[in-house]
Amino acid sequence: MHGYVAGRLLQAAAALLGVTAVAFLLVSLSGDPAFILLSPEAGEEQRAAFRKLYGLDQPLPLQYARYLGHVVRGDFGSSFAQGRPAIVVVLERVPATLILTAVALALGIVMGIPAGVIAAVKANRGLDRAVMALVLLGQSVPTFWLGLVMIRIFAVNLRWLPVSGYGTALHLAMPAVVLALYLAALLARVTRSEMVEALTQDYVRTARAKGLSETAVTIAHALKNALLPIVTLIGLQLGALLGGAVITETVFAWPGIGTLVLDAILRKDYPVVLAAVELVAAAFIVINMSLDLLYGVLDPRVRAARA
Amino acid sequence: MRVVGAGGIVLAVIVLVALTAPVLAPHPVTAFDLGHRLSPPVWDARGVWDHPLGTDALGRDVASRIVYAARTSLGIAGVAVLVAAAIGILLGLVSGYAGKWADALIMRLADVQLSFPYLLLAIAVMALLQPSLLNLVIVLVLRSWVVYARLIRVVTLSAKQRDFVVAARALGASGLRIVFRHLAPNVVGPSIVVSSFQLAELIIVESSLSFLGLGVQPPTPSWGGMVSEGREYVGTAWWLSALPGLVIVVTVLGANLFGDALRRSLDPRLRNVG
Repeated sequence: MHGYVAGRLLQAAAALLGVTAVAFLLVSLSGDPAFILLSPEAGEEQRAAFRKLYGLDQPLPLQYARYLGHVVRGDFGSSFAQGRPAIVVVLERVPATLILTAVALALGIVMGIPAGVIAAVKANRGLDRAVMALVLLGQSVPTFWLGLVMIRIFAVNLRWLPVSGYGTALHLAMPAVVLALYLAALLARVTRSEMVEALTQDYVRTARAKGLSETAVTIAHALKNALLPIVTLIGLQLGALLGGAVITETVFAWPGIGTLVLDAILRKDYPVVLAAVELVAAAFIVINMSLDLLYGVLDPRVRAARA
Repeated sequence: MRVVGAGGIVLAVIVLVALTAPVLAPHPVTAFDLGHRLSPPVWDARGVWDHPLGTDALGRDVASRIVYAARTSLGIAGVAVLVAAAIGILLGLVSGYAGKWADALIMRLADVQLSFPYLLLAIAVMALLQPSLLNLVIVLVLRSWVVYARLIRVVTLSAKQRDFVVAARALGASGLRIVFRHLAPNVVGPSIVVSSFQLAELIIVESSLSFLGLGVQPPTPSWGGMVSEGREYVGTAWWLSALPGLVIVVTVLGANLFGDALRRSLDPRLRNVG
């Protein structure tokens, strides 16, 4: 068990290192900052001085080591556009994204898991087919388009909800639903296949033989056992959820990390882009590692397999 | 017929549309008709038959642009799927057959890749490396190869234990011969099924990036780009965003349904793949 925990921690550390390496490589490949940041009139001498000042004349591995040193201390450089530390600019936007993804996650779970359970219980009958058709549709509709269609219907035609913006629960409604639908479709699909599997197990037969009600068998016995792979999927989907949040935020002008990143890209404000990407990737890696370690606590079988 | 299914037919029609775009499109893709700007589709009272799906703010024909965009969107996703399949299948075979350090190396690489939130990575790559078609394909391949590599590894691992492989090895067949003559045929079915789902996935990713302005660059028409250009007219000229988006939905649905149909007909054991 300790070996497993140590291995998993090491793996997460390697992934974090990978994130910084990729980010660093991307910036080095994106061009010479002496040309991007200095005015076009600057002479070669000025450019050379600029490169020396920021250590850009050093070999790449050495530059990376320095960069890593800064990142570890939370220093991602200053935003070109605002002159403030990039990490501060990013952290200001975290709450908006967090609210959006948290509500979407909750909605996705509330819609997806029950739909999957119902589909599994009614496997291959009308209700199951209807749920699975919706699932297929949900996975085939691009987030950005669904958002625009909803704006047209609920904001322009019906005037029930504001087109975009931030502040009230009404503002949150459309982006949260758009973001939740994709997750709900995915969760319904996986819940169904896990539940179909679980419902054929011996412990389900035993529970039925004991005379438990069908609801008790489904929820307390089958779903409880099917939940572990579902939780894994939720963890893995957090990355996709955050990616989807970038698109959803853009469509609804939601002032979270997504709109920040796209604004920063347009302004070539690379320190902010990188700070945001690395922060989100780090959060994603840490959450997944924690979930993985949590399974050992939750499920004795996993604990035994890892020992 | 059951093998192809409705999804296969939809997909075939759209591929055909893409191939015959110059014949099918009523207008050249860059033709401006300044007399008919923001003209609605023909079923609207103000629509004209000359522009069956209406025109955009520059008077460009929406139907023609959707037809040409099929080339861009299908072409990019298609090439990316082929490249990703080639790389992923090869690495999966090596990983499954050779095992040991090669397996460990390839699978760790896949793990590291999966530990990134993909779309964010794609956005960063496209933003910092400039959105070119080549970079777009590279970013899409980055998404897909892992799916092939992991699946093919598992298929190879189980095929390796079967009698015909053991027999081939006992008869002194070389490693290369076993991989390409005896193991490779086993991965064809699963790879075709996965390719259909990956096509659906990559069309969505490409159109999302194009929507964000980080994929296909105007004036080249792409479905995601068209939805994005129509955004500011969502209140007035709904067809500009709605129609190209609908085409994305139909195409992706077609590819997903085709994948489902292929899976059922090729191998019922693949129920949970994709």
